[in-house]
Amino acid sequence: MNLIKITFQDAASGARTVEVEPNGTVMEAAVLNNVAGIVAECGGGCSCATCHVHVDEQWIDRLPAPAPEEGDLVEFLDGAGPTSRLSCQLELTPQLDGLVVRTPHAQG
Amino acid sequence: MIDDSVRVAVVGAGHGGTTVAALLRQHGFGGPVTLVGAEPHPPYHRPPLSKSAGGALEPLRPEAFYAEQRIGLTLGATVRALDARESVLLLDDGSRLVSDVVVLALGARPRRLQVPGADLPGVHTLRTVDDARALTGELGPGRSLVVVGGGYIGLEIASTARRLGAEVTVVEVAERVLGRSAGAELADRLTARHRAQGTRILTGTAVAGLTPAPDGRVGAVVLDSGRSLPCDVVLVGIGAQPCDELARSAGLECDGGVLVDERGRTSAPGVWAVGDMTRRPLAGRSGRFRLESIPSAGEQAKQVVADLLGLPAPAPEVPWFWSDQFDLKLKIAGLVGLGETTVVRGDLDGGRFAVFHLDGAGRVVAVETVNSPGEFMAGKKWMAAGSVVRPDALADASAPLRESIVEGAT
Ligand SMILES: Cc1cc2nc3c(=O)[nH]c(=O)nc-3n(C[C@H](O)[C@H](O)[C@H](O)COP(=O)(O)OP(=O)(O)OC[C@H]3O[C@@H](n4cnc5c(N)ncnc54)[C@H](O)[C@@H]3O)c2cc1C
Ligand code: FES
Repeated sequence: MNLIKITFQDAASGARTVEVEPNGTVMEAAVLNNVAGIVAECGGGCSCATCHVHVDEQWIDRLPAPAPEEGDLVEFLDGAGPTSRLSCQLELTPQLDGLVVRTPHAQG
Repeated sequence: MIDDSVRVAVVGAGHGGTTVAALLRQHGFGGPVTLVGAEPHPPYHRPPLSKSAGGALEPLRPEAFYAEQRIGLTLGATVRALDARESVLLLDDGSRLVSDVVVLALGARPRRLQVPGADLPGVHTLRTVDDARALTGELGPGRSLVVVGGGYIGLEIASTARRLGAEVTVVEVAERVLGRSAGAELADRLTARHRAQGTRILTGTAVAGLTPAPDGRVGAVVLDSGRSLPCDVVLVGIGAQPCDELARSAGLECDGGVLVDERGRTSAPGVWAVGDMTRRPLAGRSGRFRLESIPSAGEQAKQVVADLLGLPAPAPEVPWFWSDQFDLKLKIAGLVGLGETTVVRGDLDGGRFAVFHLDGAGRVVAVETVNSPGEFMAGKKWMAAGSVVRPDALADASAPLRESIVEGAT
């Protein structure tokens, strides 16, 4: 399977690009590569919101809209913005090759 | 603050220990990191053990992770003794692990029932994936399960067992399930929900003993009223005790868990501790708390790694945890016992509501939510900010949550 690239930008540690198989989620790609700034306490259960990312403006419209549960969590999440998503809800596909997200200053 | 010449040994490869090891690398620590765990399995998620049937192992990290991150993972190895002064660990195979920094993350073990018959075959406790496999392997249509203890794990197992087709009775000694960790509104609704799913819940009832069936396995749970509940399987879910024996014999200060400060330091220089085995301070509250949750273990892992690497301390946290029962997603933040009044938002009987607990000044000190992620997040944020809320606005589920806040008050 062709690998795809995802870039995680972090205010403290700079940008990190990881190459992963296009299955699983953006959160899983971060955890596999020990990317700083993604905590994922609930392991992808859409419960904890500690996998929050700001999706790059160029990419936000290419992602499927959030389910109501994700939307509700993000609406009241500290530090959330217009392109905020929970990375455990973002399924990786070959179309997301090159995706750029920014990790927030703090999680949870 | 440590540099890359320092050797770190993390004991206990569960949620807390694995997070410490991963965070050390995330923040650029380059020295040797060894993670030692008693269980034979790679570190895995514990919450699904009570929530999903079958006992599937869900790894915390993929297998390749440990080698890629240069974390030496030693599994199936129990640490028998700690020399806190020399940072030496003695393993059960007789080998010694010498390091400079020791982080203990041994977790907790289920409390045992102190009644006759408590060790009969068919009587289970639940902490590990092996426990979960043994238990769920015995459940199924036509089997009857008695759950001793109406805490979160007991209720989660009750819901899972119903899904597997078993007959379920929950026996709780207190007048209400969930004891002091939940408010009456939530406890009563959960009880009603379990009953509606066919689970029998007996409260205010103590277990006097367990008696064997003719085949020698457990056959009945005898209550202190003398009544006997025939069953095939028993799950004892009456809380957990910190695994602090190793720490105690090493001379570390313990009192209902290893005592640590807000940086995870124990009384011994060179030894830190995190997770279910610890009692620790919480920002803005007096006393020390033993919080048994994934978020708490993760928070302490952050504290320890910040202390070790000289990073800024993490922002004060709002403690929280979650539970899933049937189609109810529960999320609870803060400490329920600190509230003076409650405000209910939503329909208590509609399967979607939040109970806010307020102190005398109208500040939110806890929120219990059922299928209400927005209320959970808002409550958690308000607690962190010390926000004062307007109870009437908060109780009106048709009004936007933001309008419940008294502007300018903190
Ligand atoms: C069934 C179940 C469901 C749960 N559900 C939730 C939930 O929904 N949400 C939530 O927030 N929390 C939940 N919890 C609680 C959560 O799992 C714990 O708070 C968390 O695992 C604590 O992490 P820890 O590192 O302190 O301990 P653990 O994860 O228990 O890890 C400790 C490890 O240390 C090992 N160990 C012990 N002694 C030694 C020794 N001497 N030498 C070597 N290794 C040793 C143990 O074998 C164990 O693997 C649940 C717990 C259980 C049991
Ligand atoms: S990992 Fe918990 S919400 Fe995404």
